[in-house]
Amino acid sequence: MPETPLLLSNIAYVSPADHVLIKSIKHNYDIKIYYLKKTGIYFRVLSKGSDTFGEELFMKNIFATKKAIFISGLIIGIGAALMQRFGNPPNMGICVACFERDIAGALGLHRAAAVQYLRPEIIGLVLGALLAALLFKEFKPRLGSAPIVRFVLGFFSMVGALVFLGCPWRTLLRLAGGDGNALIGLAGLVAGIWTGILFIKSGYNLGRNQRTYAAAGLVLPAIMIGLLVLLIARPALDTGALFFSEKGPGAMHAPLIVSLIFGVVVGVLAQRTRFCTMGAIRDIILVRDYYLATGIAGLFLGALATNVILNQFTPGFAGQPVSHTDHPWNFLGMALSGLAYALAGGCPGRQLFLSGEGDGDAAVFVIGMIVGAGFAHNFAIASSPQGVGVWGPLFVGIGLVVCLSIGFSMRQRI
Amino acid sequence: MSYNISTMRENTIAEQIDARGLSCPQPVVITKKKMDELGSGIIEITVDTATSRDNIERMAQNQGWRVAIRESGDSYILTISKEQ
Repeated sequence: MPETPLLLSNIAYVSPADHVLIKSIKHNYDIKIYYLKKTGIYFRVLSKGSDTFGEELFMKNIFATKKAIFISGLIIGIGAALMQRFGNPPNMGICVACFERDIAGALGLHRAAAVQYLRPEIIGLVLGALLAALLFKEFKPRLGSAPIVRFVLGFFSMVGALVFLGCPWRTLLRLAGGDGNALIGLAGLVAGIWTGILFIKSGYNLGRNQRTYAAAGLVLPAIMIGLLVLLIARPALDTGALFFSEKGPGAMHAPLIVSLIFGVVVGVLAQRTRFCTMGAIRDIILVRDYYLATGIAGLFLGALATNVILNQFTPGFAGQPVSHTDHPWNFLGMALSGLAYALAGGCPGRQLFLSGEGDGDAAVFVIGMIVGAGFAHNFAIASSPQGVGVWGPLFVGIGLVVCLSIGFSMRQRI
Repeated sequence: MSYNISTMRENTIAEQIDARGLSCPQPVVITKKKMDELGSGIIEITVDTATSRDNIERMAQNQGWRVAIRESGDSYILTISKEQ
C-alpha cells in the first residue's frame, strides 16, 4: 500500500479544491477539522494566534460511544418488553435462538407443533444491519474463515441455547422479567465465554477471511427476503408446509409489520453500535473494556423498567414462562453456547448483524443455528418448561467435547 | 499539549501488524500483545473492517496510547504511539 505520512508541512500545500472544512471549534485553540477528498483522510489542525500546531488524523463513528450504545440498549430493551404486549411470548420479546428455531419449524426442519412461525424479527435484524452498513459504507463482503467449523459452532450453540431455553438476549429479558433461572444461565454463559477466552489467549483463531463478490455477501440477506416473501404469501402445500403453530409460543406473535419494523430498528442500532452480548462479557474479562457491557446494561434496564411499569415483572424460579428449573443444565447449556459464541467471535445477534454487513462466515453460523434447531427438536434435545429433553444432556456433553476440541486444535502462535 | 506524531515518525520505525481478514477479537488481541511487548513506540495496524478499527482505537486509547487513523483503499491504518 503506497502511503505518504501526512507531515505538518504538507498542509501548506493542500489546495482549497482538495479539502473541505467540516467543522470549526474555538476552545483553548482554534480547531478546524478538514476532510481531504483524494485520500479520504480527516485531519484536525489546531492553531493559536499565528502558531499552527501538529495535526491528528482520525475518523469518528458517533454511534460507537458508551452513551450511544447505552441508549440503543435501552431502546432494544424497552422495545422487547413492549413486543410482549404486542403478542410475542412472555419474556421473549426477542430471542435470536428461539426465533431461529421457530423459523426452522415453519420450514418443516422440525415438527414441534408449538414452535413454528417465520419470525419477522430475524429477517428485520439482518436487513436492518444491511441497511445501516450500506448507508454508512460499511458493507464489506468477506468470507473464507473455516466456514464448516463455524457451521458446527452455530449448530452446537443452538443446542446449548435450546437446552437452557434462550440466547443471551433472552437471558437478559428473562432476568428483566424476574426469572431467577436466568441467573443460572448467565453464570453458565460467563463460564463458557471465560473458557473461550483461554483458547483465544493461547492463539486460537479460525484464519483470515477474504474479500469476495458483493453478491456473495448478499446471500443471507437475499435468503431473508425469500423468507419474508414466504411469510407474506403463506403457501399451504399438501406436505404441510408452511408450518405455523396454532397453539403455544409459535402462535404468540406480534403483527408482521410491527415485528419487522422492530427487527429493522434493532438491526440498524446494533450494526452501528457493534452490539454483542458475548463480546460484552468477553471484553470485560479479556481487555477490561466496558463499552459493549454498557449496551447490555441499557438493554436490561430498559426491559426491567418497562416490565415493572407494565406489570410483566414476576420474580421467582418456578413456573416462569418458557423456562425450566433444571439448574445444572441451565448452566451447562449456556456454558456450551457461551463457548461456541466466543469461538465464533459473536453472539447469535451479532452473527446476524455481521451477515447484514456482508460476512459470509457469520451467515454460515446462522445456517448452522437453524439446522441445529431442526435437529434439536427432532432428537428430543430441546428442553421444555417441564425440564430437559431425553437427549439434551447427551448433546450438551457432545457439544462441549466438540467445541473444546475445536479450541484446542485450532491454535497458532501469535 | 504537544502533537509529535510526525516527528516521531521521522525518528522511529513503526512496528507493523497486518490484521486484515481476522475476526473479532483477534485484531485487538494481537495489537494488545504488541503494545504490552513494546511498552512504548509506534505501531501501525492495518484492518479491513470498521468494527476492528473502532475496537483497536478504543483499546489503545484506554491504554494511554495516541491514535491516528487513515483510510487506505478498502482498509484502515491505525497509527498508535506512546512516548517513553
